Amino acid sequence: MSTRLAKGGRLIDRAAALEFSFNGKRLKGYRGDTLAAALLANDQMLVGRSFKYHRPRGIVAAGPEEPNALVNLGSGGRLEPNQRTTVTELFDGLEATSQNHWPSLEYDVGVVNNYVSRFLPAGFYYKTFIHPRSFWKHVFEPVIRQSAGLGKAPKDRDADRYEQAYAFCDLLVVGGGIAGLQAALVAGRAGARVLVLEQNAHWGGRAPVDGDVIDGKPAGQWVDEAVAALEGMETVTLRARCMAAGVYDHGYVLADEKVADHAPGDGRPKHRLWRIRAGKILTATGAIERPLSFAGNDIPGVMLAASVRDYVVNWAVSPGDRTVVVTNNDDGYRTAIALREAGLAVPAIVDARASPAGDLVARARALGLRIEAGRGIAKVKGGKRVTSVAICLQAGEGAVIDEIACDAVAMSGGWSPVVHLWSHCGGKLIWDMEHACFRPDPARPPLNHDGGALVVAAGAANGAMTADAALLDATAQAEAAVAALGMKPKKAKAPLAEAVVEGPMEAVWIMPQGASIELKSKMWLDYQNDVKVSDVQLAAREGYESVEHTKRYTTLGMATDQGKLSNINGLAVLAQALNEDIPQVGTTTFRPPYTPVTLGALAGEARGEIFQPLRRTPMHGWHEKNGAYFEPVGLWRRPYCFPRAGETHEQAVHREVVNTRTALGLLDASTLGKIIVKGPDAGKFLDMLYTGVMSTLPVGKCRYGLMCNEQGFLSDDGVVARIDEETWLCHTTSGGADRIHAWMEDWLQCEWWDWQVYTANVTEQYAQVAVVGPNARKLLEKLGGMDVSKEALPFMAWADGTLGGFPCRVYRISFSGELSYEIAVPASHGAAFWEALHAAGAEFGVMPYGTEALHVMRAEKGFIMIGDETDGTVIPQDLGLDWAISKKKADFLGKRGQQRNFLASGERWKLVGFETLDGSVIPDGAYIVASGANANGQGNTQGRVTSTYYSPTLKKGIAMGLLHRGPERMGDVVEFNTVKGGTVKARVVDPVFYDKEGEKQNV
Amino acid sequence: MSEPMSALNGAVSDGFVSIREIGPLGMVTLRCKADVKALPKAIKAAVGTGLPALRRVVVEGDRACGWMSPDEYLLVMPYKAVPDALAAVAKTMGKEHHLAVDVSDARAVFRIEGAKAEEVLAKLSPVDFARLEPGELRRTRAAQVAAAFWKEGEGYTLVCFRSVARYVFDLLATSAKLGSELY
Repeated sequence: MSTRLAKGGRLIDRAAALEFSFNGKRLKGYRGDTLAAALLANDQMLVGRSFKYHRPRGIVAAGPEEPNALVNLGSGGRLEPNQRTTVTELFDGLEATSQNHWPSLEYDVGVVNNYVSRFLPAGFYYKTFIHPRSFWKHVFEPVIRQSAGLGKAPKDRDADRYEQAYAFCDLLVVGGGIAGLQAALVAGRAGARVLVLEQNAHWGGRAPVDGDVIDGKPAGQWVDEAVAALEGMETVTLRARCMAAGVYDHGYVLADEKVADHAPGDGRPKHRLWRIRAGKILTATGAIERPLSFAGNDIPGVMLAASVRDYVVNWAVSPGDRTVVVTNNDDGYRTAIALREAGLAVPAIVDARASPAGDLVARARALGLRIEAGRGIAKVKGGKRVTSVAICLQAGEGAVIDEIACDAVAMSGGWSPVVHLWSHCGGKLIWDMEHACFRPDPARPPLNHDGGALVVAAGAANGAMTADAALLDATAQAEAAVAALGMKPKKAKAPLAEAVVEGPMEAVWIMPQGASIELKSKMWLDYQNDVKVSDVQLAAREGYESVEHTKRYTTLGMATDQGKLSNINGLAVLAQALNEDIPQVGTTTFRPPYTPVTLGALAGEARGEIFQPLRRTPMHGWHEKNGAYFEPVGLWRRPYCFPRAGETHEQAVHREVVNTRTALGLLDASTLGKIIVKGPDAGKFLDMLYTGVMSTLPVGKCRYGLMCNEQGFLSDDGVVARIDEETWLCHTTSGGADRIHAWMEDWLQCEWWDWQVYTANVTEQYAQVAVVGPNARKLLEKLGGMDVSKEALPFMAWADGTLGGFPCRVYRISFSGELSYEIAVPASHGAAFWEALHAAGAEFGVMPYGTEALHVMRAEKGFIMIGDETDGTVIPQDLGLDWAISKKKADFLGKRGQQRNFLASGERWKLVGFETLDGSVIPDGAYIVASGANANGQGNTQGRVTSTYYSPTLKKGIAMGLLHRGPERMGDVVEFNTVKGGTVKARVVDPVFYDKEGEKQNV
Repeated sequence: MSEPMSALNGAVSDGFVSIREIGPLGMVTLRCKADVKALPKAIKAAVGTGLPALRRVVVEGDRACGWMSPDEYLLVMPYKAVPDALAAVAKTMGKEHHLAVDVSDARAVFRIEGAKAEEVLAKLSPVDFARLEPGELRRTRAAQVAAAFWKEGEGYTLVCFRSVARYVFDLLATSAKLGSELY
């Protein structure tokens, strides 16, 4: 039985009882508990099932390294799978359920895998599911997908909100243990801007639990004083519940702050992702204890020794009345002493070392604890809970000498510094023989922009494993970091921790060292992914020499804990099997995040209405009110059509086309790009950018122009207006405004920097309305204010003036083939002007029309659309736009490109129109089939459709497309493939279907 | 003629700081090289301020001039003052190569006011406020869109493009929600 002790618990508030539930069972805990502590206090040691064999799994650790105790937390919109109970702060009403079992945690069917485990060896997936090939997709994959994964992905929308924030500092200290706090004190006193992050809710790390004494005071008191001192420093910021997830180049660090995990629904953001830019990073991230590999080390009740100590001291939780300690180092003795001091029984300390010695060993002896030196655990007995351990010689093969009844086993295999953040940006590691661990190699740190160390490690994270060494190291590292930042550390003595003399540890990777295959098949390395010593050894025998390959083959360290407990043990076993030294085998790569970061925090505020910026024209509100059906155009939303009651979108489009051609239509054209180009060299500049000549355009006139990239491919088009002697206004496509403005600035700033030209993107300065149709002039004349007659304002001219009192610039241009005016008014007047046009236009049959009607009408006129007729591989000549390419100009962007033989060839696919013989509409994206097949066995093609619509004007399907030597093949009948199969026959015709002479627009 | 209307018609939101859309505000983009002799005079004539130094804004009452790039300045003034300012620039600059253009309607302007105004902006813009100097104008981004802001009185004035006014307002209002203070 695990239970709550009557006294103690430095982190819990016994006056604040909290209720929570586990698998529906109502349980009680205290404020300050972690969920794991509260579960243990309620004798809930069994918390889950393993991934592959569904073995019963208990709580192993007390921190973020926990591999087993993962639960579904919350429900509905607050369900979070795979939450580590060891770092989940208890709150009133918390709901948790266990994972990866069916039908229940206690009686799980999947456990049959356990009994067939000899058929599920390393590389099982690779070996089993290869043949027959077709089985993978239809049989194996669905079954594996069904059984894979621990927690279930939430189905409901996340009820919480998240945010991000930026922070800047000289020194970022990661870890709020004694090393981190001391480093922060040094840097803070030197005047550095310091940010200290601690993943837990409390400060001080392990020192208060381990009973360290600093400057003659208990560690807890020293920590409180240090925190108070730091809080009093103007330039120091402390942030608890904040986990540094990843270190990136140039001192960029992501940190996940759990703002309201412990108080769900209180209105605050659940998490806040900090995006930190630090001058230097000091990692005081401590160390993680390693398990020992003995048979049955995964049975619930087998825990890390220091974690057992944490539960006793921090939360007054006993893992059981009788705990056997098994260790290869002196630190394990601290747990035995802590248990004994809490009044619990320690039947034995099983020490793998032949002759343990040191202060802690002496204290244990003085307490009368039984020490079994040179011994190991042959086997842990028990099913869902430890019942006893069998003792053997560590040097032997596992013959049982003695059996000791117990409720829990506290194991310590030594400590591994947390080197993750050091390693993220390429910091290298060295093997520390004394502590049998990898630690940061100070000679090969990750480098900053200036070639200096981006990260320094301090304290246990740097291999300084005792309190006294850690404080000295933290002081020295922080002083060096401050000096490297160009600041002067204040002279101050480092705090002194009382030294505890510890005997040397002894590396133990397999217990007992000569264990049989039966025993090794029950020695777990990776608890979550069910990887055992025997699996790694098998992988080595099968030729997996690289640690990276072995990891993927066995799945060692690939679970949600990313091998925090299993990595070193696994690679040590691999090294032994390969007869190599551990440093030669090396580690797998450490990658961010340190522990999982929820996707909500990465998305931050970007969800719902502010998922993405949505660009709105001044008339957007009117469109919404009038039932517009929108389509995205870049980040803009443009009305596709304005359906009326009972109308389909298609019917609405047809009505809008017919009304515009016969009466009057209004289009919100505000999204069109508008770029002012001004200067003595502006004409020369535009002549380079456009394929045509813009310098000769008279003031007051408009000209259609094409822009190509250097390769000669058509990039954008639009109407250019000459405003005055030095000024042009270039219209671009809606999606092209920013791109073309950047393109202009690129040439002006990087290539033609001596040309006197300025540009300004004034796209959003104007609301622009296309007034289109036979009644267009009548409407404008009714509004009055300027002469819009054919004589005063002929086709392709523009004029400034007022209409109905609105200041405006009127362009006589047409993208529909009808009498058409595009009118620009200041955006602040856009909504009012749009409404005024509607009010005044009622008697002329005015209707708004959307982008689809625009597309249909321009296709009827044979006008090309960038993005439809072009796709980055089409040159203007392909589209019959030779007339818009100057033959006289010495140069323009794209001219040389178009002279390349492939582009200049007569064999290209060129633009023509198509009319189906049966009047139907050619499917979008259809190809024109040709005889024969290519080298890949695909049918040959000779062209494709680029625009295809039903024309309400002509009452039949019309299309434009590119056809091999198209213009030479007028009257030919070609076949387009269709989605349903088969082909549709179409005749090659002129692409201008409507009013070829242009009489309608020129009235 | 109708009255000019700002993008959000003066929307407001109160959280741990207050967010107000202001405007329409008169704004002119003036492009000119910094060493053109007539430039300081043109700015003086248009908005009555001196030439701003690199990354600075000079505020004089309801007018201001901000440095936007090595050859771009932002002139700020009451909406109705723009035609006179443009005329003044044209007159002072004479034949000097420059571009002055009215961008009042292309922009949306917000005031972020309160003791913790910086904390709202620190959630959206990668700006080190402790290093932001007095009179500094910062061109940056607010989450996913371009923005510029400067400190003025008890808060910040933020300028963005008009089409994304709603997005920026919602961003600011969300970031200013009570209980989400950073420090």
